[in-house]
Formats: sequence, structure tokens, C-alpha cells
Amino acid sequence: MLSAIQSLGRSGIEFCDNAGKTTLFLMHALIARPQGLKSFRLLVPQLYMVGVLSMIIIIVSGLFIGMVLGLQGYTILVKFGAEQALGQLIALSMVRELGPVVGALLFAGRAGSAITAEIGLMKVTEQLSSMEMLGVDPLRRVIAPRFWAGQISLPVLTLIFTAVAIYGGYVVGVQWLGVDEGSFWANMRNSVDFREDIVNGIIKSLVFGTLVTWIAVYQGYTCPPTAEGIGKATTRTVVFSSLATLGMDFILTAIMFGGFN
Amino acid sequence: MQKRTTEIAVGFFFLLGILAFAMLAMQVSGISKIYTLKEGYKITADFENIGGLKPRARVTIAGVAVGRVVAINYDPKDYVARVSIVIDNKVNNIPDDTSASILTSGLLGDNYIGLSPGFSEQFYKEGSHIPVENTSKAVVLEELVSKFLSSQASGLK
Amino acid sequence: MIGSELNTVEIRNLSFGWGDRVIFDNVSINVPKGKITAIMGPSGSGKTTLLRLIGGQLLPQSGTVLANGFNIPTLERKELYQARRQMGMLFQSGALFSDLSVFDNVAFPLREHTQLSEPFIRDIVLMKLEAVGLRGARYLMPDELSGGMKRRAALARTIALDPNLLMFDEPFAGQDPISMGVLVKLIRLLNDALGVTSIIVSHDVPETCSIADYVYVIADGKVVGHGSPESIKNSDSRWINQFMHGLPDGPVPFHYPAKNYQQDLIGG
Repeated sequence: MLSAIQSLGRSGIEFCDNAGKTTLFLMHALIARPQGLKSFRLLVPQLYMVGVLSMIIIIVSGLFIGMVLGLQGYTILVKFGAEQALGQLIALSMVRELGPVVGALLFAGRAGSAITAEIGLMKVTEQLSSMEMLGVDPLRRVIAPRFWAGQISLPVLTLIFTAVAIYGGYVVGVQWLGVDEGSFWANMRNSVDFREDIVNGIIKSLVFGTLVTWIAVYQGYTCPPTAEGIGKATTRTVVFSSLATLGMDFILTAIMFGGFN
Repeated sequence: MQKRTTEIAVGFFFLLGILAFAMLAMQVSGISKIYTLKEGYKITADFENIGGLKPRARVTIAGVAVGRVVAINYDPKDYVARVSIVIDNKVNNIPDDTSASILTSGLLGDNYIGLSPGFSEQFYKEGSHIPVENTSKAVVLEELVSKFLSSQASGLK
Repeated sequence: MIGSELNTVEIRNLSFGWGDRVIFDNVSINVPKGKITAIMGPSGSGKTTLLRLIGGQLLPQSGTVLANGFNIPTLERKELYQARRQMGMLFQSGALFSDLSVFDNVAFPLREHTQLSEPFIRDIVLMKLEAVGLRGARYLMPDELSGGMKRRAALARTIALDPNLLMFDEPFAGQDPISMGVLVKLIRLLNDALGVTSIIVSHDVPETCSIADYVYVIADGKVVGHGSPESIKNSDSRWINQFMHGLPDGPVPFHYPAKNYQQDLIGG
């Protein structure tokens, strides 16, 4: 009984210890103030790796999710004679929830794991150590550009994801299933508020971008320098990022959409 | 060499993002105008029952949005709901015997305020007030149902 | 400037460990200026850890580490990075940056730490590459190089800023005889031509002893012997004797502790 409490206390302390370490780590990597052109030159290749290379999966997934929403939404709404509301169903689901959340999950799986693996590999092959010994801080040169690239890319990808999905829903709903085009867009426009919905969705994707990239970068930097270690770290990135995203989503949704009046 | 295409690709990436944003802003959402106190003038209206009306709901004339609800308060003296509305400065010819009703937009929609202009030569300005006599309350489902049931009951008798 | 003028690196009463495990117990080592000093010992004796302590990547529990007059463990982050510019460390795997070409790898420290113009940097890079014999390979990517070439390219990068202290972590491990010969030649050449102080950490006895001026042998967290390569080879200590000559049995036993052989066979 006593030992159970002891081990609980120990895990509690370990958790706080880890939380502290990750925060300090993040601050070190970020409080490195960008040095103008040099930092920009480091950022662009990372934006390519993290953002551009994720576009395919985002666009294709967005299209399919939108089309499925269109199909499923129509099937349910037509029972109530409310198929004119299909546009607003798709738009609100995507803009408020599915866009930021599913976008973040896909991003964690594709870009997050890639970042972790890359940094982990640099650690295993002692590239990070040798950079330190050459007098260059790897936190500034390797970690920080990747962090900012992830932070910037996810909101952009989320916007593309949402827009493509709505288009996919339009194709299925209007062109295929025959929902009236005018009411599709008009109802949508009437019920989606720019400030409430779209801006909130963007805020969500900013928060998720911070979480996912932070976890990815930290796991890569602190992984045990073995092949097995990198594998485990990559898995941890995907799992922790997904859980953090979903948990944070609940909190944000409650704040943004829950507490009316 | 490889660097050039990378930069072009990243530029394209952001371009797509901006396009997506523009599409979302214009096609998907009605960019809502929040009338600040400089762009609009404030009037109040009393309602017996506001139903599901919420702050930032639309205020329309002939179906066109001309203002926003900014606050909903309860007046304990008159036992009414006092709704504060900001109306676009450009719409400055609303007669002061105009009536206000709380309507529902579409089948599943939110509540908004619809104004039906009256015939007076005097217009509303900053600080005007629509008394409860000139407003009709929201349609509340329970009252509808009990009305229906009682009309049925009297019918059966 | 603290410490003796004669020694580039002075380690005094160094103690270091991971948790309960003691790696170094009150170790003192002198690395004389301009000479090649070898640190040898069995695997796991903490030789690489020693280099990390000198480079400030690890902090000792107690003791001082003086390098080029800096007391390494006491330095702030910024000062530490300054001190490192006078040191060069060659890692076991070379550790070239995999996304940069050989040229860019060697140019890296120059671009980061100096304001030199690109034409000037190009000249320096070519000179360094010529010294290691890789000038023609300058635009290759690391994954196109053989193991030996990787190490030579990494060496060129290490000397880009002309450090006065070079540290080699197991430079001969897993190399074919030709690459080994090349590396031996290069280390000796750099030492003679540039007057750099070198520390070689290794357990390759023949190669290391062929170029070292002074040898320290470390085992169980202590210095068990030091001296010139000849005196070490002829040492009285049975332990050092076994290590230097590669004898399979001796103070480090062949058999892992086990029960009596006959009893084990009968009993099972």
C-alpha cells in the first residue's frame, strides 16, 4: 500500500521533471532570436520538408473527407427534408473541428514523425555532438528552424485541407446528389461566421502546430542514440501528438463554442 | 540548382494557403460586420420573451442585415428583456413606430431580430427605445404546443 | 592564463560517474603541448567520456579540466562555445552533416564563425581538402563516400579553423589497412607541420603506439600506467602487459566467473 503511494509520487515527480525539461528545452530553442537572412535561409528548406511535402496527403485526404461528409450528410439530412442544409453541415464540421483536428493528426503522422526521425538520426550519427564541438549551437541551427517550420506550416495546411474538403463536399452534394447549388452556398454563408468559426479554427490549428512540432522536436532531440531508440521516439511523437491534439481540442472547443450566454 | 526549386515550391505552398483562406473567407462565411459604436448608433428594444436570441445576432429590415445585437439584459422594473442593438449609421431613416420581432432563420437556424418599418415621420437615433408594445416575442415551442392542445380540446367539446 | 605553459590540457583529480557507476576516480592527466598523447584502455573504460569532459559536453563531479587556459567545467554557455573554437574533435564515425556536400561541410565552421568572403573561404576549404587528399571529392555528398574518406573529410572540417588541440575518438576502429595508413600519416603530419597538440583515444595498440609520443593507460576509472610507448610495452604490470600484447588470458580472465566445470557437467 505504502509502496503504491511511493511509486505514484515518484511518477508525479518524474512527470513534473519532464514537463520542466521540455519547457526549458523549448525556450532555449526559441529564444534564439532569428538572425535575419541567415535564419530565413535555414527556414526555407524546412518549410519545404515539412509543409510542401505534406501537401499531397493533406489535399487527397481533404478531398475524400469532404466527399464522405457530403455523402453521409446528405443521407441523414434527406430524411428530414433538410438536404439544403448540407452546405452548412460540411462547412461547420470542417472549419470548427475536422479541419484543425484531422489536419493536425495527419501532420503528426507525416511531418511530425519525419522531424523526429531526422533529428534522431542526426543524434545517432553524432552530427549534433560534432556541431556542438564546432562551436555551433544545434538548438539554434537544427531545432529552431524545424520548430518554426512546423508552427507555420500546420495552419496553412489546415486552411488548404478545409477548403479542399468543402470543395469535395460540393462536388458530391451538388454535382452528384443534386442539392441546389444556390442554397448550398447561401445556407453555408449564413451560418458560418468569419470571426466565430474560421478565426477560431485558425487559432486551433496554431495551438496544434505548437504542440505537435514541439513534441516532435523534443522526442528527436532526447531519444536514446540507437536505431531502436529512434523507432520508439517516432512512435511516441505520433501517439503523444495525437493525444495532446485531441485533449487540447476539447479544451479549446469548450472555451470557444461551449460557453455561450 | 536544388535550392531554387525548393524556394519556388515553398512560395507555391503559401500561395495555395492564401487562396484557401480567401475562399473560406468569401465563399464559405459571410464576413460579419460588427458595427462599432462609431459606425453605428445604439438603440434599445424591450421584449416579453427573447427565446433563443443571442448577442451578436443579426438585426434585419426586409431581410437585409442592418445591425447587430450587442447586449441582452433583464429589466426587473418592467419584467422585460432589454436588448441593445447597434444599427449601421447609413440606415438612419427607420421610423420611430417601427415594430421589432424575433424570428428564426431557416428550419434549424438561429434567432435574429427583424424590423418592420412603420409610417412615422420621426426617425430612430442614438439612444432611442422600442417599447414592448411594438415588439412581438419569439415563438416558443411549448406555448405553441399548449395552444394547439387547448384548441384541440375545445374542438372536441 | 592559468595552468602550466607546457601542457595544453591539464586534468587534475577528475571524478565522474553516471549515478552509482564510477567512470573516473581521481584521475590526473597531462597533455603536453605539440605532442601526440594517446589514451588507451579496454572498451567501456570511459575513454570517449574523457574527450567529452575536455570538450565540455559533460560536467565532472569534481576536479578541474584545463584546456588552453580555460577551466572548462566553470564556463558559461557562450564562453564554452568560444573555447571550443580552439579545439577540434574527430568523432568515430566522422559525423559529417548528411545534407551538405564535402565542400560545404568543411566550409561550415568558416561560414559560422568568421566573416570571411566566399572566395576566401573557398581557398581555405580547398587547402584543407588538399591536406587530407580529398580536393577532387569536394562536391560529393557524404553518403557517396567510403568510411575512410568520410573520416578524412571530417578531419578537414575539424582543422578548418586551425585549432591548436585535436582530439581523435577511436580513429582507427574498423578501418582497412590502407585507410589506417593514410590516417596515421595525416595525424603525424598535422602534428609536425602545424604544431597542434593531439590526443588520440584508442585501443588499437600497434597503430597508436607507432605515432604517440606519450601514452596513458586507463582501466577501472584510474590511470594504471603512463609513459613513452616503449616503457609501457615493457611495463612490469601484468595487467598492462596483457593489454598491450593482446594476451587472451591474464589479470582479465578468459572465463567468465562460473561454477566448477566438472560439477556443472555432472549436475546438469
